[in-house]
Amino acid sequence: MRRAVIFVLAFTGGFTIMSVELLGGRILAPWFGSSVHVWGSIITVFMLALSFGYLLGGRLSLMEPNLTRFGMLFFAGAILVGPLLLFGDGMMTWVFARIEDPRYGSLVASVFLFGLPTVLLGMISPYSVRLLIRDTHHSGQVAGLLYFVSTLGSAIGTLGTSFYFVLWFAVDTILIALIVLLLLCGTLALVADRRLEPAP
Amino acid sequence: MKPKLLLLLLLIPVFGSAQVIHEERSLYRNILVRDQGGVRCLLFSERRSSSRQTCMDLQNPDRLVFSYVRMMFAGLLLKPEPSRILVIGLGGGTMPRVFEALFPDAEQDLVEIDPAVVKVATRYFDFTPSANMRVHERDARVFVKRALLAGETWDLILLDAFTAEYIPEHLMTVEFFEELRGVLADDGVVVANTFATSRLYHHESATYRAGFPTVATLRLQDSHNRIFIGMERSWPDAETLKQRAAALAPRLAPYGVAIERYPGALRTEWDYDRDARILTDRYAPANLLQGRSVIGPLQNE
Repeated sequence: MRRAVIFVLAFTGGFTIMSVELLGGRILAPWFGSSVHVWGSIITVFMLALSFGYLLGGRLSLMEPNLTRFGMLFFAGAILVGPLLLFGDGMMTWVFARIEDPRYGSLVASVFLFGLPTVLLGMISPYSVRLLIRDTHHSGQVAGLLYFVSTLGSAIGTLGTSFYFVLWFAVDTILIALIVLLLLCGTLALVADRRLEPAP
Repeated sequence: MKPKLLLLLLLIPVFGSAQVIHEERSLYRNILVRDQGGVRCLLFSERRSSSRQTCMDLQNPDRLVFSYVRMMFAGLLLKPEPSRILVIGLGGGTMPRVFEALFPDAEQDLVEIDPAVVKVATRYFDFTPSANMRVHERDARVFVKRALLAGETWDLILLDAFTAEYIPEHLMTVEFFEELRGVLADDGVVVANTFATSRLYHHESATYRAGFPTVATLRLQDSHNRIFIGMERSWPDAETLKQRAAALAPRLAPYGVAIERYPGALRTEWDYDRDARILTDRYAPANLLQGRSVIGPLQNE
């Protein structure tokens, strides 16, 4: 049961990362266009943020790993997606006025808008691995299964957002839904930590 | 059997065989230049059914081959003597060339996102920017936002950036239209070429209605396209339009633009589903909506 909760959370983490990334193109387009360089900026920033997230998540897992701390990652992620919703337009206007070249404009805007939340969401995967592993013998298998689940979440987040969500809802509505989803995940982790026995 | 064969043989020189004279894959699309029956066309996408983006009659380059290009000159009925013109989407450079001939003193800003299109227009469509033309290779939304910051204005803005394959979604939102209004002179006019036949028809109509104080559409029997006209000022009376059309007619005749037909065909009242959601920067699935089946009636009331 505890394992199932961790997999559900890792899946949702992957789902959220790619959903936000997809929306990034829509968010930046009014200021920087929708050319390939805008996607280049977004993907670069997500990849960089994820790489630092993996590093930090691994570090954090060394210190008394537990589900409550794991849940905090989701709460922090939810809070950090907020500024995107509240100050996104103002921030992009500010960058637009200062950087002429839309390549660097979109890169700087991406760093400000997507950098921190993606670092937080990137911490989820390595932390999940730590929570799931019981012995070093199976660590590779556990890591493989975890990547499978979280990347499946990413795939479904990508497909759902680009095929359906943007057709049905406004970008802000989708972002609010993702924030709520992350808050629910955090709550689930906290509840699971109190109700479910830790793995032997 | 024999007369039919003869007829077929006679037709060959008329239609000729299509000859591809240039092919390239640009950052944004596949570009094809093809000669057929004395007409040179710029095509986007390599599919057989790919839309002809712009065409030029090689014998008579002045003739405007496409109905929609001629229809865009309806904007002159609302702004007969433009002095600053902004063209978004260069194609083969047909419209700027005609404007240059009609209004030699007018300044023209031409915005085209794809450098390969500018190159092809220059090399194969006889497009040479005059001293009054400035070509900007950049995204139109970015260009307009910068122009807004710089306080620039134009009195005729032509938006021809949508193709059957792909609609730049950030150029079909109410926020973009508001920005266009910001760079539009008080008595200026925005003319946009669209072709929506699907669910998008309703969303697009609602968006133009929301974006401009005064809007009109022009549709003709011989074209699937629809021309939007948006402006700040109120719509002129029928008599004024007729007089302007009569004055413009001889100047536009060499290009095949039957401007005297347009005042009667311009509609300020049009049909669309009033519940259709307005397209915004936050909700802009234009390409997904265009791909969907027809829901409402498409005929004008």
